[in-house]
Amino acid sequence: MSSDPAVVVKDVTKIYRRFQHQHQFRTLKSALLTGSLLSDLRPEETFTAVEGVSFEVPHGVTYGVIGENGSGKSTLLKLLAGITKPTRGLLQVNGRISALIELGAGFHPEISGRENVAINGIMLGLSRRQVNERFEEIVEFAELKDFIDAPVKTYSSGMYMRLGFAVAVHVDPDVLLIDEVLAVGDEAFSRKCLDKIGEFRRRGKTIFLVTHSLGLAEKMCDEVLWMRHGKMADSGDPKRVIDHYLTYVAGGEDAMFAREHGQGADGAAEGEVPHTTETTRHIYTEGRWGGGEVEIQKVRLLDDRDEERHVFVPGERLTVELEVEATKGITDFVFGIGLFTADGVSVYGTNTHIEDFASRRLQGPATIRCEIENIRLVEGTYLLDVAVHQRDGTPYDYHRGLYSFRIKSRIKDVGVYRPEHRWSFAGGARLIAPEPRPELDLHDDELASERG
Amino acid sequence: MIAQLVQLFRYRLLIQTLVSRELKARYRGSVLGFLWSFVNPLLMLLTYALVFTYVMRTGKGSATPYWLFLFVGILPWTWFNAAVVEASGVLMSSGGLIKKVLFPAEVLPVVTVMANMVHFSLGLPILLFFLILQGKLTLTALLLPLPIIVQFIFTLGLALFVSALTVHFRDVQDILNHVVHLWFWASPVIYVYGEQNVQLRIALRFNPLTHIMLSYQQILFWGKFDHWRGLALTAILGLIGVAIGAFVFDRLRDTLAEEV
Repeated sequence: MSSDPAVVVKDVTKIYRRFQHQHQFRTLKSALLTGSLLSDLRPEETFTAVEGVSFEVPHGVTYGVIGENGSGKSTLLKLLAGITKPTRGLLQVNGRISALIELGAGFHPEISGRENVAINGIMLGLSRRQVNERFEEIVEFAELKDFIDAPVKTYSSGMYMRLGFAVAVHVDPDVLLIDEVLAVGDEAFSRKCLDKIGEFRRRGKTIFLVTHSLGLAEKMCDEVLWMRHGKMADSGDPKRVIDHYLTYVAGGEDAMFAREHGQGADGAAEGEVPHTTETTRHIYTEGRWGGGEVEIQKVRLLDDRDEERHVFVPGERLTVELEVEATKGITDFVFGIGLFTADGVSVYGTNTHIEDFASRRLQGPATIRCEIENIRLVEGTYLLDVAVHQRDGTPYDYHRGLYSFRIKSRIKDVGVYRPEHRWSFAGGARLIAPEPRPELDLHDDELASERG
Repeated sequence: MIAQLVQLFRYRLLIQTLVSRELKARYRGSVLGFLWSFVNPLLMLLTYALVFTYVMRTGKGSATPYWLFLFVGILPWTWFNAAVVEASGVLMSSGGLIKKVLFPAEVLPVVTVMANMVHFSLGLPILLFFLILQGKLTLTALLLPLPIIVQFIFTLGLALFVSALTVHFRDVQDILNHVVHLWFWASPVIYVYGEQNVQLRIALRFNPLTHIMLSYQQILFWGKFDHWRGLALTAILGLIGVAIGAFVFDRLRDTLAEEV
């Protein structure tokens, strides 16, 4: 194996041309008649899919690319596969490439699986003899022994992709390009695919993997590149890059949540709430009702630095802060909060009455805080109820599910509640503990935006 | 251009496989299967024989039997026609390959031309059989590969050109149907070259297919070939055509994956 890197990408930029929208309907005739052929071929606007990307992948390294949709991951893969050419920059791949961009892309539906395997193999660069040699193995791998002589059009989509994958990996490439195709068929087969990729790794092949599955990227890759808006956001050690990426995504989700949910009640308070008369204010909108003697004017979710957030990780402190205003002095009042999962299952609910606080007096503006020291929930979206009501339950202002927040976690445990727990093993059970690592640190937002 | 031809030669296995796939897929599911390649021209021939022997007796002209003369021209014409029309759509219909697999796109129009050539050559035995039956066949028939080669070159250039162009201008496909139709009437397929007035004959000579068709007819039907110069000129023209076609294809190649 040569000492050259398997893949060299140097300052590569790919600009797609976007033609004016009439492009599809324009005819050659009209182009010729108006003499606008040349000007029509000039792009109206351009779209930069990949910009100034440089990296090298040494031989035998599994290189992962992560990023949101439209961040240029797939374009990068197509560039490497040679399907599209870079607008600028240098691309070099040393060795035979096999690209798993779309499985079974070259299959002809009318002819049998057997013939398609032969043709697909040749398309991918095998000789006829090599195809014959590997044929049994391919069919074996695809688990299609009984169907190999049936036309491919009769295959289920799972069978189709299995056969495509089987051919592609038996080409025995030096560089394997994979685009998010591991969701192939059933659980067992996708494990088989992963095993096969693992085998490639062990045999010192270079793998270039574009994926949305961060778990997979972390497990399989030696190095990870994070693409954002066509540029390299970060690259290097998988764990570090993935953490960085998650932090960024959480930050983005935070902003999104703030837009979508955060200020909902505020808007209602300012705009929609009918203020009929000064004395008998009555509030009733969807998700919000009450007599209006006390009004919840603002609800904020705060982290341990008292900064407003909508995404938290398990173990963090979450503070619910209510700003209320009572139009007249009252003595019978209870503050309450309730947590629900997105599908409405109650997670937890409490109020000051249940917890035996005795209400004395509420007048004018007031701030109420409920600190949850450790938010031990599993990943998901949660809805928050807040309320001020009388001891008998008559509401002053009740907000049902107007606020939400998200819990993000690297551990994909299930359920609702994550009790604090510890595993231990004795006797014949031997397990290797995961490397200790902190949950995401969402304070790194500044870092993420700096790098962008 | 030489480099491109070398490239094509490197892909010969791929081309060969795709041609055979094309042929297999075409008759897949039909009862007669591959036999259709023989039956199709046979039925066509019989239809012409019937029509021109009993329905439309064309007394004029020296070509007798006319249905056989007609068939000598129709068979290569069908190859040309089908190859060019199919080539115009081949890049789109195989868009998946171009977009998703590292695939030499120029192989596709080549496959189209070749697959149709195979159909043509499968029709040849039928034609030769009837030529022998009518006592038309002479030793001149040994020259048959010549016009076939020239036609292949000429068709290939055109196929490369239209296939790449259609990706950018979809209407090439529609225009092409009419162009080819017009071309048919402008070529001596159903009429005998030499029976027109001088101006018309000069005009016909500008049509490369005139020389190709004339060569087929001389070699197979008339049993006497003297159109060397015309055929040689057409061959040169065909090579220039391939060069232009390959050039255009090459220029548009980079955008194919995006536009298909």
